[in-house]
Amino acid sequence: MYSWLILYSQHCCFNMIEIKNLTKRFGDLLVWEDVSFKVEDGETLAIIGRSGCGKSVLMKHINALLYPDTGKVLIDGRDIHALDYVDLRKQRQKFGVLFQGSALFDSINTFENVAFPLRYFTNQTEEEIHENVMKSLTYVNLEDSANKETSELSGGMRKRVGLARAIVLEPNYIMYDEPTSGLDPQTADEINGLINAMSETFDVTSIVITHDMHSVLEVADKVAFLDQQKLSWFGTISEMRNSNHKELIDFVSASEYQIKAG
Amino acid sequence: MHSLNEVGKYSSLLYQALRSSTEFGTYRKNLFQELVKVGYDSVPIIILTGIFTGSVMTLQSAYQLQSAFIPLSTIGAIVSESILIELAAVISSLVLAGKVGARVATELGTMRVSEQIDALESMGFNSVSFLVVPRVLAGILMFPVLYIVASVTGIGGGLAAGFFSGTVPPSDFLQGARTYFYPWNVIFGFTKMFVFGFIITSVSCYKGYYARGGAEGVGQSTTNATVLSCIFVLLADFILAALLL
Repeated sequence: MYSWLILYSQHCCFNMIEIKNLTKRFGDLLVWEDVSFKVEDGETLAIIGRSGCGKSVLMKHINALLYPDTGKVLIDGRDIHALDYVDLRKQRQKFGVLFQGSALFDSINTFENVAFPLRYFTNQTEEEIHENVMKSLTYVNLEDSANKETSELSGGMRKRVGLARAIVLEPNYIMYDEPTSGLDPQTADEINGLINAMSETFDVTSIVITHDMHSVLEVADKVAFLDQQKLSWFGTISEMRNSNHKELIDFVSASEYQIKAG
Repeated sequence: MHSLNEVGKYSSLLYQALRSSTEFGTYRKNLFQELVKVGYDSVPIIILTGIFTGSVMTLQSAYQLQSAFIPLSTIGAIVSESILIELAAVISSLVLAGKVGARVATELGTMRVSEQIDALESMGFNSVSFLVVPRVLAGILMFPVLYIVASVTGIGGGLAAGFFSGTVPPSDFLQGARTYFYPWNVIFGFTKMFVFGFIITSVSCYKGYYARGGAEGVGQSTTNATVLSCIFVLLADFILAALLL
């Protein structure tokens, strides 16, 4: 009976991220406090806010690269910060992460960067690895760049290789840290298109950290607005459009002005 | 307080490295690469260091011991024993603190500030096992091998300098070296290099692994790694001499 309950509860919470009363300080500096929200299966959540408001810090709590002072992060119903290191590593393999600077390994080429997780976490043969790497690279339109050194790649190409590496193990969750920052508008649009394609094709639950409102409107189902060291606003895109929340309106208006001015 | 915090973090990193040293599959490939980088790639600079150290020792000893009452073989004994007990290990290690220590701290520091270490952890890797364990193991395993290279080239350099300068004939040099040769001195030299290898690679890994900031932060961690490695090598040299001689 008890095991059925566990199975049921795990099934209930499949691919769901729940953050409960999270608080983080660095020494005396409060980053944010009492942050709570849920990301349901298959949803894309955008976490927005001004530079330095702790968006990336929040993302690093979701796969336990950082630990909170208080609160919990539940992944598939399990508190990720309470796991021992062996279980934590297994849990982390469910995540694909695209870092702000792409975080490609510069000692190996593009192909090997994407093949890296496959070589260590699967028992695939060289042929299977080659097939899967090329599939991921084709997905991000970089099949011709497999043999390029990472130093030869442009900013947009680096992001796409980072994305190919993030999806090669077919994760349940993908987190994107500033996926469009530092990119020209056309390349940023391509990345937004890829984020949408990932959600549709792989049915993943996604979190996008950004302050690019254009990107938010393109990819997100829900929005979490961090401001004044707390979760200031949370809701869907349509709720955001009709919101009277002053700080949120100011933030969105500033971004829209930038889009128009650009 | 800051120093205590540093010691705590360093000890914690070593504990994690010790615990994850059983994950041989994770670091096997990196270990072979590091053995080559720490060992094979350091051979030229160690040969150069050994030859010049031995040569200068011979010329200076010949200059200081100019007496009809002191046999020339004494110079061979002084040079070879000094090299085996002290110079091959310490001078090589100070050079390697610059070559190996700086490389390790820069590599790990750059990986830290460019989020490559976060990327490893995010994929489910044990980054300590993947990055720190192979580098420290390579230091422990290859420094004693480099001691052999430094000793052979040091004594060879001393012998050659004596011959070409006309101050000590090779037969006298070798006679002195053989007469005062004690196997314990070689064991002592190996022990020192084992310890120095551990100190240089572990301190450099620590400084690189916890680097912060951008290029300036990496530069700072590399400088700190090299300076601290040199200080701890000299300190360990003193402690080992006091304990083992």
